[in-house]
Amino acid sequence: MKVLVPGIAGRLGRMLAERLLAEGHDVIGIDRRPFRDPPPGIEVHELDIRKRAAEDVFRRVRPNAVIHLATVTHLVVQSEDRYRINLGGTRAVFEHSAAYGVEHVVFVGRHTYYGAAPDSPLFHVEDEPPMGLASFPQLADLVAADLYAGSALWRYPSFATSVLRMVYTLGPTGHGTLATFLRGARVPTILGYDPLFHFMHEQDVIGALVTALATRPRGVFNVAGPQPVPLSVIIEETGRTNVPLPGPLLGAALGRFGLPRLPRGALQHIRYPITVDASSFVRTTGWSHAIDERAAMRAYREAFPRPLPH
Amino acid sequence: MPLPIDPEIRARVDRLELPWNELGIDPYGISKDYLAANFTALRFFYRRYFSVEAHGLEHVPARGRVMLVGNHSGGFALDGVMVIGSMFFDMEPPRVAQGMVEKFLNRIPFASQISSRLGHLTGLPENAERLLADDRMLMVFPEGTRGTAKLYRERYSLVHFGSGFMRLAQKMKTPIVPFAFMGGGEAVPTISNAVTLGKLLGVPYIPVTPWLVALPLPAKLEVYYSEPMFFEGNGSEEDEVVNANVEKVKDRIASLIEIGKKRRRGEP
Repeated sequence: MKVLVPGIAGRLGRMLAERLLAEGHDVIGIDRRPFRDPPPGIEVHELDIRKRAAEDVFRRVRPNAVIHLATVTHLVVQSEDRYRINLGGTRAVFEHSAAYGVEHVVFVGRHTYYGAAPDSPLFHVEDEPPMGLASFPQLADLVAADLYAGSALWRYPSFATSVLRMVYTLGPTGHGTLATFLRGARVPTILGYDPLFHFMHEQDVIGALVTALATRPRGVFNVAGPQPVPLSVIIEETGRTNVPLPGPLLGAALGRFGLPRLPRGALQHIRYPITVDASSFVRTTGWSHAIDERAAMRAYREAFPRPLPH
Repeated sequence: MPLPIDPEIRARVDRLELPWNELGIDPYGISKDYLAANFTALRFFYRRYFSVEAHGLEHVPARGRVMLVGNHSGGFALDGVMVIGSMFFDMEPPRVAQGMVEKFLNRIPFASQISSRLGHLTGLPENAERLLADDRMLMVFPEGTRGTAKLYRERYSLVHFGSGFMRLAQKMKTPIVPFAFMGGGEAVPTISNAVTLGKLLGVPYIPVTPWLVALPLPAKLEVYYSEPMFFEGNGSEEDEVVNANVEKVKDRIASLIEIGKKRRRGEP
């Protein structure tokens, strides 16, 4: 099968490309970032998915399937540009897919779609509306991209659309929001709060994507592997030091004293849990995770041991 | 800071039939360490200070989904804590009764951290349904905060019962074990509720006792469990149908309270 992967130059993109190659697929990548040392056998185009040249790739290659990884999450990239990439890029992927005979589009979204709030249920299900935007407006573009992708289910009946809301990744590449948050020796938490965090090993993320590719489930699905774990336990198991600070103080201290820089709304995500019910994806595709929560935390710890003091 | 844990309590926690992971945490975030520390601290109050007596434990199923439904007694969650205690200390094997926490508590530091590690989730129908689907034990006080706000002279009365619990029980095909909680009104004799002060502190009210703060007296506390009640239906019935079922549970609890009152007066 010819699989086109927008956003291939990221950590996840590379792993996915290698796995798809190993399974005998033809892999075509698009990314505006350079893809250094691509695995042999991959066709890579260094260009912006929203540009004319990207459409030419669709026209010429005529991929069977598209796995759309090209959404930006890094909360430090905080600009109009991020909005345009996430929304304009997603729109381009679906329009080109409809125009050039793609059979299946996988949109890789995030479980943070649901938002973190004191009155939200544990284990969100797919039909819940996104409730977190009032406290965390920086996520609006990701939520909008997710909803736009979901609208392809009725807008483009000619192909199957799978919207996958993935939990955080944690593993040896150190890729992802949670992994970045845990990078330093000291990890800030909010005094008196210890929310559950839902994460899965990056190999399981790839496994879920490949399973989705093979089974073509139509619809919106939460994707999670092992059960969630309290943040304090993650910090301990990854060899970090938990630094609980009163909420207002933490807001002021972010970005200083070796603490990560985060938008204020992100504090809700270390105050209240975002956990998902992923049973629908498991039922529909038969996928199951291979790496449990403890092994994922250990893998991260081995790849990123606690940084030594300077 | 780790709290003391009694080895006997730890062994009892190990006998709980919950799906723990390797780290001693269940999928809802219940922590064995928290449970052990909590029950170690609670044992003195359960056994000595209030010398809680649990009657009718044979009516409580050892396994499977069940709802414990009872009256509020005492100005704050003393009743809930002791019901949870009776399920842990006096059931064989022990069970974790999972309460539903008022939403306002989640905004208060430590409240949600501690309550969720002990298995008490935010009071939402979604959470309750999920727990029952997983064959957990749910503890419900259908009087809500109206019930904890009862004054001393009203201590054995029942206020309005919400019907959410009944719809839930019908929908989830869950047996209801009604219980009466006795003695909370003596332990925390509320003479007034400070609503304005409560609002300032982010809670519905603060109970005021003759010695002002709501520190409980060592009154004898008792729980009376009755045989399970089953209700047909799927929870989407007309209000009259559901409310009639609610009344049956309320009547059962009222009769348990009468039995308890007689016993407390020393009558047979």
